[in-house]
Formats: sequence, C-alpha cells, structure tokens
Amino acid sequence: MTAVVIKDVSKVFNVGKPNYVDALVDIDLTIEPGEFVSLIGPSGCGKSTLLRLIANLIEPTVGSVLVNGKPAAQARLDQDYGMAFQHAGLFDWRSVEKNVELPLELKGWDKARRRARAQEMLELVKLPEFARHMPWQLSGGMQQRVAIARALASHPPLLLMDEPFGALDEMTREHMQSELLQICASTETTVVFVTHSIPEAAYLSDRVVVMSPRPGQITEIIDVDLGSGRNEDTREADAFYDSITAIREALRGIGHAEIRGGMDDR
Amino acid sequence: MNLRRVLNVGLPPAAFGVVFVVAWEAVVQGFDLKPYFLPAPSAIWNALIDNAELVRNASFASGANALVGLLAGTLLGITASFLLMRFNILNELVSPLAIALNAVPIIVLVAVFQNMFASTSEIPRRLMVMLIVFFIVLVNVAKGLRQVHPTHLELMRSYAASPVAILTKTRIPNALPYLFTALKIAAPTAVITAFVSEYFGGRQNGLGYFIPSNFANSKNAVAWAYVIGACLLGLTFYLVSVILESIIKQRRGAAPGGETT
Repeated sequence: MTAVVIKDVSKVFNVGKPNYVDALVDIDLTIEPGEFVSLIGPSGCGKSTLLRLIANLIEPTVGSVLVNGKPAAQARLDQDYGMAFQHAGLFDWRSVEKNVELPLELKGWDKARRRARAQEMLELVKLPEFARHMPWQLSGGMQQRVAIARALASHPPLLLMDEPFGALDEMTREHMQSELLQICASTETTVVFVTHSIPEAAYLSDRVVVMSPRPGQITEIIDVDLGSGRNEDTREADAFYDSITAIREALRGIGHAEIRGGMDDR
Repeated sequence: MNLRRVLNVGLPPAAFGVVFVVAWEAVVQGFDLKPYFLPAPSAIWNALIDNAELVRNASFASGANALVGLLAGTLLGITASFLLMRFNILNELVSPLAIALNAVPIIVLVAVFQNMFASTSEIPRRLMVMLIVFFIVLVNVAKGLRQVHPTHLELMRSYAASPVAILTKTRIPNALPYLFTALKIAAPTAVITAFVSEYFGGRQNGLGYFIPSNFANSKNAVAWAYVIGACLLGLTFYLVSVILESIIKQRRGAAPGGETT
C-alpha cells in the first residue's frame, strides 16, 4: 500500500473573489512507505499548502488525496499521521511528558499506558530526563525534539513536517537532521518534509520535489542517491554536492523574478 | 538569599516611608499647622486607635461591597466571554461597546441604581462594582479564548480533536493568564468603585461615607484614620490578585499572555 497518493490536485484560495489565488495546479505525487520526501521551492510555491492537503487541514478544490490507502479526511480522523511545525507549538501549561501524551489523551488511552509511551518517545528523542520540565525551560532545539516525540507518540506510519528546523541555528539544525534520520530509520516512518534549505533537503531525502510559484506546481523530482546509512561524513561526500547542485539547478530554472516576488505560501 | 532579596527590594521604600512620616510630623509641629488644615501623623494614629472598631467595621463594609461585586462581575464576565467566543455576532456587537465603556465614567450610573432600590440597600453599589469588573474581565478573557496560537489550532485539528477538547485543552488554559491579568486590574478598581459608590449615598456604613462626613464635621484626624483603612483595604485586594497572578506566571515561565514556544 502506498503511503500518499495525490492525484490531479488543484487548490484555489478565495474561489470566485477578486483576490483568488491558484495555490496549486495539477499536482500528481505518489510516496512509498518508508520514503523520505522533501518539498522545496521559493515562497508562494504552495509547498506548505500541499503538506496541509495531505494532512487534511485544508480540502483540495479538485482532485483526490489518499493517505494509507484511505481518503485524507479519514486518515486524519484515524490519526494516521503526526505533524510538526516550524513553531514547536508545545502547550506551555503542560509539562514535557504531558505534551507528548496529548495525542494519546485525545485517542482515549488510559494514564499508565500514556505515561509509558511518553517515556518511550522521550527516550527516542534523547530527552528522558526532561519529562517533568516545563517547555519554557528547554532550548529551541529541545522543544522541537519534544514536538517530534509528540508527533510520533501514537506510532503513526507518516510524519508531516513543515520547516521544523527553520528557526534553529545551523549547528543545532545539522544535529537535529541526523537525529531525525535515525529516528525515522528505527521507526520505519514515512516523512514528507517542507524546507527552504537545499543542503537540508539533499541530506535528508530519498526524493526532492522541486516546486515553482504562481501557480504552484511540481517542476522536477530529483532522486538523491546517498544510501541509507547517512552520517556526518555524508555532508562532505561528492554525491552530496552533486545532489545539492542538481536541486539548485532545478530551482534556478524557476527564474529569479519568481523567487524575488514571494508571498506567504499558506 | 530570598530574605536578602526581600530586604533589598523592600528596605529603600520602607525607609522612605518612615522619613516621610517623620518629616510630616516635623512640619506640622514646626510650623504649628492647625488640625483642620493638616493633622499630624501622631494625631491620626491616636484617632485610629480610639476609633479602631469603627474603622474596622467601615473597612469590612466597603470590603464586602467590593468583594461581592468583584466575584459577581468576574463570574458574569467569564460567562459572557464564552458566549462571545461561541457567537461571533455577539462579539461584534459587544466588544466595541465594552472598549468604549472603558473611556466613559459609568460610575455615575450608581445614582441611577440608587434610585431603583431602598436608601438602605447595599445592592446599588455592589451592582456598580459588578458592572465595572464585568467589562474588565469580559474584554480580557474573551481575548484569551480567541487568541490561541495558530499552530495549536492546526495541531488539534490534525488530531481530529472535538470542539469540546479544543475548548478544554487549548482555549481555556490559554485564557487563564488573561483572567488573572484582568483580576489584577479589576481588584483595586473594585475597591475604588465601592468607595466612590458609597460617597454617592445609600446606606451610611462604608469608608466612602465616613471619610467625607468626618471631614465635614471638622474631625480631620478621624477622617484620616478612615483614609488609612481605605489604603489598607485597597492594598489587600491588590496583593491577593498579584499573588494569584504570580502563581500562574511561575508555572508558565513568566510568559506574557501565556505564550512561550
């Protein structure tokens, strides 16, 4: 069964009004289980919109989105995916472990089972000793790890991430990328990852989907051939630079005029 | 360590207060000011001791007016803010009104209320306090219920959370710091409103009655004793609300409006 199937999807915001926007046009994309797919492109290319369509946070104007072989709306109701955002979005009135427990709470799990799973997830993101801390006591990188633990708490097969490391400094960011790869490898999670960063897309992905704005569409899909055992040495490998060059050239093809006049891509 | 911090913060203003009172005493004695112009602190202190029972009773009467109005106004304000959140049309009607009322001296309404009830009734002044507190709480709590971080809402939607779960797990906890901020503003305002309402007439038992009536009878030192009671009452209300607010801020890392990450 495929993880995500997007078929002939278009999305228009403000249909029939003077300020209507063709956010996405004729999108076709299939993602296999266990794949790591990045969406990259300039502001306004609709990459966040595409992610939100998969998450069923918004509905497509035309076309269909299947997640885990079911309609996206049903997949959302079944909590078939976890989601992480640029803003960690932790609830500051909940301790770290209670934040991780939130999706399980909404699924109606009892307390002991929730607590055990939260502990397991915090060990996965290497923060077990911070279970009783409050979010504001954690650094930005640690907060983002808690957000990942929360997204994966119910062991969903799919993880949707919207620039989750966008607000982190470069060192923390690279560290988090390596951690994310390890976590996804050990949990066999499929990932759809929105990013602005070319090296980030190259380092993390099996495939990079390059998108262009006005109207938002897929211009090219680039296979990244770096194998599965990626580590810090990968960042200095020739194949890594080749991938970066390929992505950069695909983005350059979109044209500078388009990149300059960006708009918010939600 | 903690004691030292308290001393560091508290000592300078306390010392200033002592110096101020001593200077006041010296000026009154030195220039032989008449008691009807300005009584000496020692005279006020004696008047306070002599009338301790009366000052206490009047403080309690005013305190009861302020407290009843504060509680009723808070409950009503919270209830109304939920309605405003639920029904957008109400929000569009009431919110501009609530904000405009903050710029209008609605305290004069106490005269209208006085007309409605018996002259010995406590209800008009409590109504007045309630009304003023109501709008303060309403504006703030409604804001807290509405201004939820967009990421939190998307997250709850991604979990397919029910409207009730979104309310209890996101909106209400988000609004809690706003409620305590509202109380910090409303508590001293409630006391002031009670005094002013008592001054407007009605039953003659509160500080707002005794302060002007003693001045009118040239018992200035006694009037000042009631002023001390008024200060203590206002401080008590303020302190309690500040302590309540600091408890919740401590839990949430002093995030203004209850937002961190």
